[in-house]
Amino acid sequence: MRTLRYLLEKEFKQIKRDRFLPRIIFLVPLMQLIILPFAANFEMRNINLGVIDNDHSVLSAQLVEKVVASGYFRLTNVSDSYDQGITSIESNESDLLLEIPVNFEQQLGREGAVEVLIAANAVNGTKGGMGSSYLSQIIQDFNQEKGFTSGLRSGGIRSTSLFNPHLNYKNYMVPGIMVFLLTIIGGFLSALNIVSEKEKGTIEQINVTPVPKTLFLLSKLIPFWIIGFILLTIGVIVAWIVYGLLPVGNIGIIYLFAAVYLIAFTGLGLAISSISSTQQQAMFTAFFFLIIFALLSGLFTPISSMPHWAQQITLFNPVRYFVEVMRMVYLKGSQFADLTGHFVVVCLFALFFNVLAVASYRKK
Amino acid sequence: MGINGVKIEAISKNYGLIEALQDISLDIHSGELFGLIGPDGAGKTTLFRILTTLLLADKGKATVCGLDVVRDYKKIRTMVGYMPGRFSLYQDLTVEENLNFFATVFNTTIAENYELVRDIYVQIEPFKKRKAGKLSGGMKQKLALSCALIHRPEVLFLDEPTTGVDPVSRVEFWDMLDRLKKQGITILVSTPYMDEASRCDRIALMRSGRCLSVDTPVGIRSSFGRHLWTVRASSMYKLLVDLRSFPGTYSCYAFGDAHHLTLKEDGREMDDLMQFLKGKGYTDVTIESVEPSVEDCFMAL
Repeated sequence: MRTLRYLLEKEFKQIKRDRFLPRIIFLVPLMQLIILPFAANFEMRNINLGVIDNDHSVLSAQLVEKVVASGYFRLTNVSDSYDQGITSIESNESDLLLEIPVNFEQQLGREGAVEVLIAANAVNGTKGGMGSSYLSQIIQDFNQEKGFTSGLRSGGIRSTSLFNPHLNYKNYMVPGIMVFLLTIIGGFLSALNIVSEKEKGTIEQINVTPVPKTLFLLSKLIPFWIIGFILLTIGVIVAWIVYGLLPVGNIGIIYLFAAVYLIAFTGLGLAISSISSTQQQAMFTAFFFLIIFALLSGLFTPISSMPHWAQQITLFNPVRYFVEVMRMVYLKGSQFADLTGHFVVVCLFALFFNVLAVASYRKK
Repeated sequence: MGINGVKIEAISKNYGLIEALQDISLDIHSGELFGLIGPDGAGKTTLFRILTTLLLADKGKATVCGLDVVRDYKKIRTMVGYMPGRFSLYQDLTVEENLNFFATVFNTTIAENYELVRDIYVQIEPFKKRKAGKLSGGMKQKLALSCALIHRPEVLFLDEPTTGVDPVSRVEFWDMLDRLKKQGITILVSTPYMDEASRCDRIALMRSGRCLSVDTPVGIRSSFGRHLWTVRASSMYKLLVDLRSFPGTYSCYAFGDAHHLTLKEDGREMDDLMQFLKGKGYTDVTIESVEPSVEDCFMAL
């Protein structure tokens, strides 16, 4: 016990003295938490719109005005023909084209229905897709406003967003990013820290002492558990101050999950450290997992919109579960009873990674 | 063999196809200052790593203080001090913190064994608040030795402790080892410098994983069977070529500022050699008799 205390004392001294580590541990995550939610915003704004108005009527002008007034579009090009409009897309002047046919006003008045053409530049798929759906939504609204009912659409669909009524992406991103920070601290900084002792040869000097290997490794992991908790607390405070976000559910649940999750990822870090002999190798191995875990976690893109096989893969991604838990507790106020399934899975991951780590260290 | 001896029996170790150690057997007595002498790649470090329980041998067995290096590795780790060839203390901890750290992991304190390290530690004590990474080479080496000694080991393994250290510090370092030997500590030291061999009680000459010869430095030197001559002239390279082309030459190699020469038949051929060199047009040749050094013995093996 005395030895462990002294080993820990040494670890914290080293982390404190490191010129780089304290910054990367505390400053970088803060920046991520403050900047990323603004950048990772899936709402499309400022879509460049080109209009081809073949009608030049009062009604067509009103429609264009309504589209621009929605705030999603910026009128950047007005063309006389479809071909001209396409040229403006090619020159990147517009992302989306709206062509209003001749006799738009007349036909609409007479028949109650008319077709307009929406063409989107699909090079940026999200922009094109979201843009055209926004645009059809607006046209539909316009129809209703003017009292034109176009057959099937007359009923209209009204959607309500539950738990995040304003569909604020920041509310959605911030809890997820906190998970990401814990992943980096637990899994990757711990691996780098152990490998650096290998690289400097100090592990050799430790190995000839009577210090048991488990105790030594424990002294390497405990600091990252502590740092992880400090970081989580900072994250919760930042979310509250900057985004006004407080968990609807019990914050204790988040800490409980974080504890198991950190144990799981330090286990992974340990396994990575045992197979790499330089920090560079550890870095690349960690990076490989990090990218896969991040993209398949549902943090940036909804899991439900992934192809079936990718959805199956996410079942083996521990990040996915904690991201879900965070969002459920933060936005929905889920209770522990709702999350027992998640808890079991995260515990299993913790067990699996640590068994893996022990096995790979045994082999040597 | 006493309590603190080291016994190595037919140890072999391969790294893939490279035979790092081939059938090494050594018997190091208790309280002995034993030197492993050999060039880089001779297998010295591998042997140390096996004896300090960091590496498993492929074949053979070894005991340190009568304990088996495989079975009793835990006990051995409390009884030996190891100073690797590469400086491997914590560079971001201070001198004092490093010493304190290693004392603690061995369940002891600096105060308890200060006696043993005092001679060495007083030289670096003025810098005890300095980070180990900021020390000069000689001071790093003294700190590493202090850390290896702080738990009063029975056997001390020093892997090339004087490599990259200036000549004055090297002499000082060997003086320190002499004092430690008086405390009854068995010391195994490896070095590529042949001139340091004479400071050991006994030495083993190693090359390419083989142990070529084991004896006292005097014994090794007297085993050099031939008479050794140094030959000097103004044009040294031409002289080397010519000496080698002399039919009576047994061996000839450049050694510092002179060439060391042995003849097939001592004495009788000396006159022939003088004639031979005169015939080649040398006027300023000096030939002197010299005592063979360990390096000469190493070259002859």
